[in-house]
Amino acid sequence: MGDYVVPGEEPAEPGIYRSEKMCLAQLYLQSDASYQCVAELGELGLVQFRDLNPDVSSFQRKYVNEVRRCDEMERKLRFLEREIKKDQIPMLDTGENPDAPLPREMIDLEATFEKLENELREVNRNEETLKKNFSELTELKHILRKTQTFFEEVEHDRWRPAEGVADQTRPEDSQPLIDVDDEDNQGVSLAVASFASRLRLGRPEQAGSGDTIIPPATGGGSLDLGGEESLELTQQLTQGGAGAPAGGTMFANFGILTLILLKTVACVKKTNMMLTRDAAINSSKHEDLIAESASVTGPLDDELDISHSQPDAHMPLKLQLRFVAGVIQRERLPAFERLLWRACRGNVFLRTSEIDDVLNDTVTGEPVNKTVFIIFFQGEQLKTKVKKICEGFRATLYPCPDTPQERREMSIGVMTRIEDLKTVLGQTQDHRHRVLVAASKNVRMWLTKVRKIKSIYHTLNLFNIDVTQKCLIAEVWCPVDELDRIKMALKRGTEESGSQVPSILNRMESAEAPPTYNKTNKFTRGFQNIVDAYGIATYREINPAPYTMVSFPFLFAVMFGDMGHGVIMFLAALFFILKEKQLEAARIKDEIFQTFFGGRYVIVLMGLFSIYTGFIYNDIFLQEFQYAEKRLMLIPELAFDGSPYPIGVDPAWNLAEANKLSFLNSMKMKMSVILGITQMTFGLLLSYKNHKYFKSDLDIKFMFIPQMIFLSSIFIYLCLQIVAKWLFFTAEGGTVLGYTYPGSSCAPSLLVGLINMFMIKSRAGGFVAEDGSTLDLCYLNLWYPGQSFFETVFVLLALACLPVMLFAKPYMLWKEEKQRREVGHRQLGIIEMILVILAVVQVPIMLFAKPFFVMRRAKHQTAYSTLHNEFDRESVRADMNGDDAEVVHAPIQAKPEGHGHGHGDGPLEMGDVMVYQAIHTIEFALGCISHTASYLRLWALSLAHAQLSDVLWTMVFRHAFTMDGYSGAIATYLLFFVFGFLSVFILVLMEGLSAFLHALRLHWVEFQSKFYGGQGYEFLPFSFEKILAEERAAEERAEEIASLQPFNQLFVIIRMKVSCVVFVNSVVFFVLLHVDVRLQRLGGASSSYLIIDSP
Amino acid sequence: MGILIPLVSVTAFWALIGFGGPLLVPKGPNRGIIQLMIIMTAVCCHLFWIMVFLHQLNPLIGPQINVKTIRWISEKWGDAPTLIDS
Repeated sequence: MGDYVVPGEEPAEPGIYRSEKMCLAQLYLQSDASYQCVAELGELGLVQFRDLNPDVSSFQRKYVNEVRRCDEMERKLRFLEREIKKDQIPMLDTGENPDAPLPREMIDLEATFEKLENELREVNRNEETLKKNFSELTELKHILRKTQTFFEEVEHDRWRPAEGVADQTRPEDSQPLIDVDDEDNQGVSLAVASFASRLRLGRPEQAGSGDTIIPPATGGGSLDLGGEESLELTQQLTQGGAGAPAGGTMFANFGILTLILLKTVACVKKTNMMLTRDAAINSSKHEDLIAESASVTGPLDDELDISHSQPDAHMPLKLQLRFVAGVIQRERLPAFERLLWRACRGNVFLRTSEIDDVLNDTVTGEPVNKTVFIIFFQGEQLKTKVKKICEGFRATLYPCPDTPQERREMSIGVMTRIEDLKTVLGQTQDHRHRVLVAASKNVRMWLTKVRKIKSIYHTLNLFNIDVTQKCLIAEVWCPVDELDRIKMALKRGTEESGSQVPSILNRMESAEAPPTYNKTNKFTRGFQNIVDAYGIATYREINPAPYTMVSFPFLFAVMFGDMGHGVIMFLAALFFILKEKQLEAARIKDEIFQTFFGGRYVIVLMGLFSIYTGFIYNDIFLQEFQYAEKRLMLIPELAFDGSPYPIGVDPAWNLAEANKLSFLNSMKMKMSVILGITQMTFGLLLSYKNHKYFKSDLDIKFMFIPQMIFLSSIFIYLCLQIVAKWLFFTAEGGTVLGYTYPGSSCAPSLLVGLINMFMIKSRAGGFVAEDGSTLDLCYLNLWYPGQSFFETVFVLLALACLPVMLFAKPYMLWKEEKQRREVGHRQLGIIEMILVILAVVQVPIMLFAKPFFVMRRAKHQTAYSTLHNEFDRESVRADMNGDDAEVVHAPIQAKPEGHGHGHGDGPLEMGDVMVYQAIHTIEFALGCISHTASYLRLWALSLAHAQLSDVLWTMVFRHAFTMDGYSGAIATYLLFFVFGFLSVFILVLMEGLSAFLHALRLHWVEFQSKFYGGQGYEFLPFSFEKILAEERAAEERAEEIASLQPFNQLFVIIRMKVSCVVFVNSVVFFVLLHVDVRLQRLGGASSSYLIIDSP
Repeated sequence: MGILIPLVSVTAFWALIGFGGPLLVPKGPNRGIIQLMIIMTAVCCHLFWIMVFLHQLNPLIGPQINVKTIRWISEKWGDAPTLIDS
């Protein structure tokens, strides 16, 4: 690891090629100044603090109280924010970045938040109570109003002419009573009804004129139902009940109830009469009373008047009828009714009326529909029962006075109280609104401030406190180039805090590998992310990102090559880039969008390169587009005029449906192999730069050189063969490289040649026999003089490289180690000699002492180094348990492999070195072969893309051109949309994604495996900007989850996507319109591929 | 067009970009990276072009075109200036 500490003195390279030089530094901060200094460093965002108290739990650290206070403040602010959001007050978010407040300001802030929170809570509580009162009063108001109508109905009925009344038996009102039971009941009710009407019809005249029906009448007045009618009624009822086959009790009850009701009303009427005549009777039982009853009663009271007019038959019956009134949720009403009926065996009477206004629930404040009900019953038992049922159904009962006067008074009182409450409520809400509006202007800024304070204290917790308590010691990783700025920041911090003693930054040496810090800008970030996704570069190792910036889009384009699709991609990414600011400000949270938006610079390059490769492939939406000069080369040896098509693939191939593919495949395969080997060689050369940088001669001599020989003797040789075949082997034949070459049938097959080369198979040379006849399988023969010699040499060379790669480096390391040991032995020997001279008798002891010392030294070293490592790791774990504001992540110390093994301080682990070397060698040797094959994916994907585009064109859009006239125009228009939609989604998005992934793999595996260690860890500086952004992102995520408006969002996304599709489609349409116009001009050719100008 | 004209002109084009482009990059922190990108772009693009060009330099097979298509071409565009006896 010593290599990493002193990384060579070669000229400074620009940052992006290697990670920044980092150094470990100690900061000595006065305790007064430490807060300000850390704040300044946070604004700067260039230092990573190490945890110096890894073994102290987070509860025992020095500034844990401050952190807690910050948490509390944050909680209050979040509460405030929620309240503001609830009232839909816009929050002022200027995005300004206030400085971290001084520690003493924290108290002010705390006080402010405390006050605000208390005030809000108070207001909320008041508001809640007020609202509850308000809704209760509203309900009461409704009850009073509705019951009033109940009571008034009765009176009204009394004044109605007899005929009308007779027709107006209200079945819906009696419904609840009848419905509950089965049909047998109907006998009863019918009986009642018929009886009623009969009575009514026979009613002679209106009695009790003028007097109100519903006085607080005496409950227990003796009742006279006089006359035959009442007897008949009783009989009918009892008969009806007895006649029923089952459920006798029920019917009896019903009958009794009806009877009671009848009697009750009669009683009331009678009492009225009696009151008018004789007020003294039974006034003591005033309160137990019924005022009104439902269904049957309405009509019946009329006929009871009749009974008044007749002499009383004096049937004494004690009655104690009462009622309760209340409000219940509308949807609970049916169940409530049924339960009431069943539980009280039909002995209660219920009347309901819906409240038209939507009321607010008293507790939750949600709007609910409610119904007023009034229940009549008799006796204490029923009363408790009814009350319990009401309770069970969460019905609210309200007192309802008996007399109309009282009711009127009460309702007037209620109205005034409601008005008062409204005023108070309005004032409360106004107050709350004022408070929140005032807070909304500051809340974001406060939140930023609090978060800054919190992160500062968090960082201070990582510091080591000096024994004297006057000074805090911090250890930081920072880029060497930025040391000046860091020092400036410290100075500023010290000055601001007014401390006299300056803060000190002291650079230290460390054996530990520093973090990897690559400076990026918005353009390079995308590519750096691609590289980092595989593994963070080892410290000061070559960063593949700059090379990826071109090779990645290029390899992508080789697979994706199509001008049309490239243009779509380019325009989309260009749109993102041009609208960068707006889109960033819009903070679109859609993940897919974010992915594309984040990679906009990658995509724009991919689009550009696709345009170029598509241009060379001669593909635009697969339609060849170069209408320039046209030559046919039907039979190459005859028709080919010797000058190839200058730029790209000859368009004539698009006419050759029969063998177009075999031509393109052969071309693309060769291209893939050459591109792949070029990239791998480039990677290997980068590994040379790496070794040189780390001054690892061993690696250059025994890793890079054999690897290079291996690669060139097989694969670069293959590339040369390909080029030679392109250059020398024509269709015509002639003399090629000393052999007579009869023609294209004898052009050598390179793939079989490569296999034969490995097998070192003896083959014939040349293509023609002595007599001039062409040999069988002439394409397998050797095709240049000395080929068999060269190939044997190459294969042997490659094979010879393997043991070198495998054993040379471990052997050299071992040798070095041995030499070092021998030095140690010699030293021990001298001591031994002295000892021998001093005390010859102690020789046997010395004999044992030597190995003992040696062993102990070795052991001690191992133990120390493991201990050291353990310590480092510990600090990591301790860091991980920090919460969100934690920035400092001390590293998991990864041992950098592959470089500088020989220079380590610890004892050499021969086994480890051998295993590592073996893996590396095998990986390289096999990798070269498999990676070369892997590059064939360039061909495969390019082929797939071209074929898919072809299918889309032939199967979908081409049909439109077979039609003439208007139908053709319509078909073109319609099919264009299908074609455009499929083009964008399948070809651009899906194919693009797959090409992207393959390009990614080619870079990660095939390219980077040649030189990239990727064993580093990321530099995570303490930066307010970063912390605030993270907090904000977390907040938004939480909001997103909380808001749960998936449909809303879905619509937005769909709308966005639809508009995108329409936009892209119109672009495609213009291009295709052009094609279409040309086709029309060509006069309806049978093949729509013929877009070739005449010469 | 012979072989030399496209070979020289396209190669010169990319060479101009590859060698001349880096010189034109204005000074700044990103100069190195832009230069590298220009050079690599020139190399990649030229490599790509020349591979396609070389592949067609000595064609071993020619396109097989439908008789119908050949007739259509012959009728619409006229025959090639020098007809070849097959």
